[in-house]
Amino acid sequence: MFRTCDITGLKVDLRAERLIQLNAVMAVVSLLIGVIAALLLVLTRWQVVHLLPAEWYYRVLTLHGLNALIFWIVFFEIAGLYFGSTVVLNSRMSSPKFGWLALTLMVLGFLLVNYTILTGNADVLMTSYAPLQAHSLYYLGVILFAVGALVGVFLFFANLLIARKERTYGDSLPLFTFGLVAAAIIATLTLATGAVIYIPTLLWSLGIIKTMDAGVYKLVWWGLGHSSQQINVTAMIAIWYLGAFLTVGGTSINEKVSRLAFVFYVIGINVASAHHLLVDPGPSPAWKVFNTSYVMYIAVLASMIHAFAVPSAVESAQRRRGFTKGLFDWLKNAPWGNPAFSAVFLSIIIFGFIGGVTGVVNGMEQTNIIVHNTLSIPGHFKGTVVGGTTLAFMGATYYLIPLIFRKKIAFFGLAKLQPWVFGGGISLLAVSMYILGAFGVPRRHYDITFSGGPFTYTFNPATDFFWVLFAIGGIVTVIGALMWILIVVFSVFFGQSVRGPQDMQLQIASPPPPAKEHHGFEAPGTLTLTLLFMGVFLIFLLLNWGWLAAMWEVR
Amino acid sequence: MALLPPEEGWYFKRVAKDEKMWIAIALVVCLALFFWMIVWHVYGKQNPSFTTYRTTPQEFNALTQAFIQKYKIGEEKGIPVVEPPPNSDVFLLGKMWAWEPILVLKKGQEYRFHISSLDLLHGFSLQPVNMNFMVFPGYDYVLTFRPTSTGEFYIVCNEFCGIGHHMMIGKIIVKE
Repeated sequence: MFRTCDITGLKVDLRAERLIQLNAVMAVVSLLIGVIAALLLVLTRWQVVHLLPAEWYYRVLTLHGLNALIFWIVFFEIAGLYFGSTVVLNSRMSSPKFGWLALTLMVLGFLLVNYTILTGNADVLMTSYAPLQAHSLYYLGVILFAVGALVGVFLFFANLLIARKERTYGDSLPLFTFGLVAAAIIATLTLATGAVIYIPTLLWSLGIIKTMDAGVYKLVWWGLGHSSQQINVTAMIAIWYLGAFLTVGGTSINEKVSRLAFVFYVIGINVASAHHLLVDPGPSPAWKVFNTSYVMYIAVLASMIHAFAVPSAVESAQRRRGFTKGLFDWLKNAPWGNPAFSAVFLSIIIFGFIGGVTGVVNGMEQTNIIVHNTLSIPGHFKGTVVGGTTLAFMGATYYLIPLIFRKKIAFFGLAKLQPWVFGGGISLLAVSMYILGAFGVPRRHYDITFSGGPFTYTFNPATDFFWVLFAIGGIVTVIGALMWILIVVFSVFFGQSVRGPQDMQLQIASPPPPAKEHHGFEAPGTLTLTLLFMGVFLIFLLLNWGWLAAMWEVR
Repeated sequence: MALLPPEEGWYFKRVAKDEKMWIAIALVVCLALFFWMIVWHVYGKQNPSFTTYRTTPQEFNALTQAFIQKYKIGEEKGIPVVEPPPNSDVFLLGKMWAWEPILVLKKGQEYRFHISSLDLLHGFSLQPVNMNFMVFPGYDYVLTFRPTSTGEFYIVCNEFCGIGHHMMIGKIIVKE
C-alpha cells in the first residue's frame, strides 16, 4: 500500500498517489481547453483581427471562464489537498473509494458543462446571471462538479483525522497543510453557498420554480464566486510557503504570525464577496461599506502579512547561508535556475503589485464606480488568479512531476524559462487590460466599435496602443502556458523515470545553519520591498480617488 | 517549516522587529481605508445611491412611456429624444438591446434618474466619463446625477445580455 520515497523519505500511499495523478491530469486537460479558448478570445477582442463571430465569442468566453478559472484550479486543488493530507503527513488515504467517487462526479460535471457550452446551450458566461438561462444540464453539470469537489474536501478532513489519530506527524500540522486546512474550510462554505444558488436555478431552468430574482441570485452567487477565489489565494499562499521551504530551506521567521494570517482568511473572506455588489441597486451603503471594508480588510491585512512572511523566510534562510552583503545579496544569489523558485517569486510580485493593489481599488465602495464591469476587472484577476495562483501551481508541479509521477522533467532548459515567459506575458496582459478598463472599455463585449448599434462611440485613441500590448501580452501568456503543458505532458507520458535522488533536477534545500546572534532587522531587504509596495499602493489609491472626484456628481 | 511540524516552542517565539513594524503599517492603512469610505459619504460627491424601489418590467415600462410622452422633443434613429426639466424624475429603460429614451440635460443641474431593465441584467456605463452601474429587472435604481461637463455622452451596456449585447448603446446630450 505504501512506498517510501527515496528522495524525501516520506511514506507515499499508492492509492492516494493514483488519485493525485488523475486529478492533476484533469487539471492539465482543463487548462489546455482554457488556454486555447484564451487565444481565440485575445484574437477576437483585438479589433484588428476580430477572429470569431459574435455568438462564438460569448460561447468561447464561457468556455474559457469555466475551464481556466474553475476546472483547472479545483482539480489541481483537490490533488493538492490529497497530497497535503497524506504524503506530507506520512499518512494514508482515508477512503480511496470516495476519492474515486469524487473524481467521477467532477469529471461528469466537467463533461456536461463543456458539452452544453460547446453545443450552444449555455451562452451564459461564467456568472450565468439569472434571468439569463442555460440548459438544465449545464446547471446539473456545475452541481455534480461541486458535489464531487465537496466529497474531496471532506476526504481531506478525514485524512487529517486519521493522521492525527495514528500520530503520523508531530504535535502541530506543518504550515503547508495548515494553509490547506484554511483553504478547505473556505471551500466547504463556498461550495455550500453554491448549492444554495445552483439548486434553485436548476429547478427554475426545469420550470419547477417560476421566477428567479436577479438581485438575490447575484448576491448568493457571489458567495460562491468570490469565495472560491479565496480558496485559490489560500492554496496559492500555502504553495508559496512550500516553495520557500523546498527551494532554499526558508521557514517563516515567526510561524505564529503566518498561521494567524491564515485564520484571518477564514474569518474575513466569505463576507468580503460583497464587493461585487457595490454598484447594484439592492444593498444599502452601510451594508456595502461594512462587508467590503471592515471584513475584506481582515483578508487584505492577512495578504500583507503573508507578503512579508514568505519573502522574509527566503531572505532569512539565505542570510544564514552567508548571503549577507547589502539589502539584496540574498535575492541575487537565490536559485533562479530552479523554475519552482522563479515561479513562486514571480507569483508573489505579480499577485501583490498587480492583483492586490487593483483589488483594493475595485473593492472600495466609491472607486468601484470607475471600474465595475470594465476590462479592469478581468485585468485585476489576471493578476491574482493567473499571475498569482496559476503560476504558483505551475511552479509546484516542477516538484510534483519527479516526486509524485516519478518522472524527470523533460526539456529542463525550457522549464527554466517558462515561469518568466508566462509571468511576463500575464503581467503585460493584466496591466494593459486594467488601463483599457480605465478608459472605459467594457469587459465581455464582442465589438467595441458597436457595429449594428444605433450609435457608435470611439474610445480614447490611446487605447489603440494598449490593445497592441494586450495582444502581445495575451499571445506571450498563451505561449508560456503551452510551454508548461508541453513540459508536463511530455514528462509524465514519455519522460525518463526517476530512479533515485541522483535524477532529481531540482534541489530540495537542506535547512540552513542556525542564526547567529545579530542586531537590527531580520529581513531588511523584504521590509524595503514591502514598503516599496505600500508606496505604489498609496499612489495608485490617490490617483483613483482624485479621478473619481473629477467625475459627474452622483448620489 | 512548511513541510515539517514546527520547531518546539514556536508559539512563544517573539515576532521580529521589522515584521511587527510592517504589520502595524498595514493595519493602519486598512483602518484608514475603511474610514475613508465613510468620510466620502459625508463630504464626497460621488456615491452609489441610497434609494431603490421594487418594480415590475410592466410598471416600469408604463412609467417610462408616460415620461417620454410628457417631455418628448423629437426622434433620432427611431429613438425618442426627451428633454426633462432640471430637478425632475428621469426614466431610463434598458432592454435587449437598446436604451430608451435619448436624454437632453443641462450642465450643473440635478436629475433623479430611475434606471431599470425590461428583461435581463444590463450595465449602465457612461462614456467617456466612465461611471458604471448595474441595471436589474424588477429594481428601480434611483441615482441623482449632476452633469459637470457638456457634450455627447454614450451609455454602453457592459453586462452580457445576449448575442446582440455589443449593439446596445444609448445617448445623453448635455447642454450648457
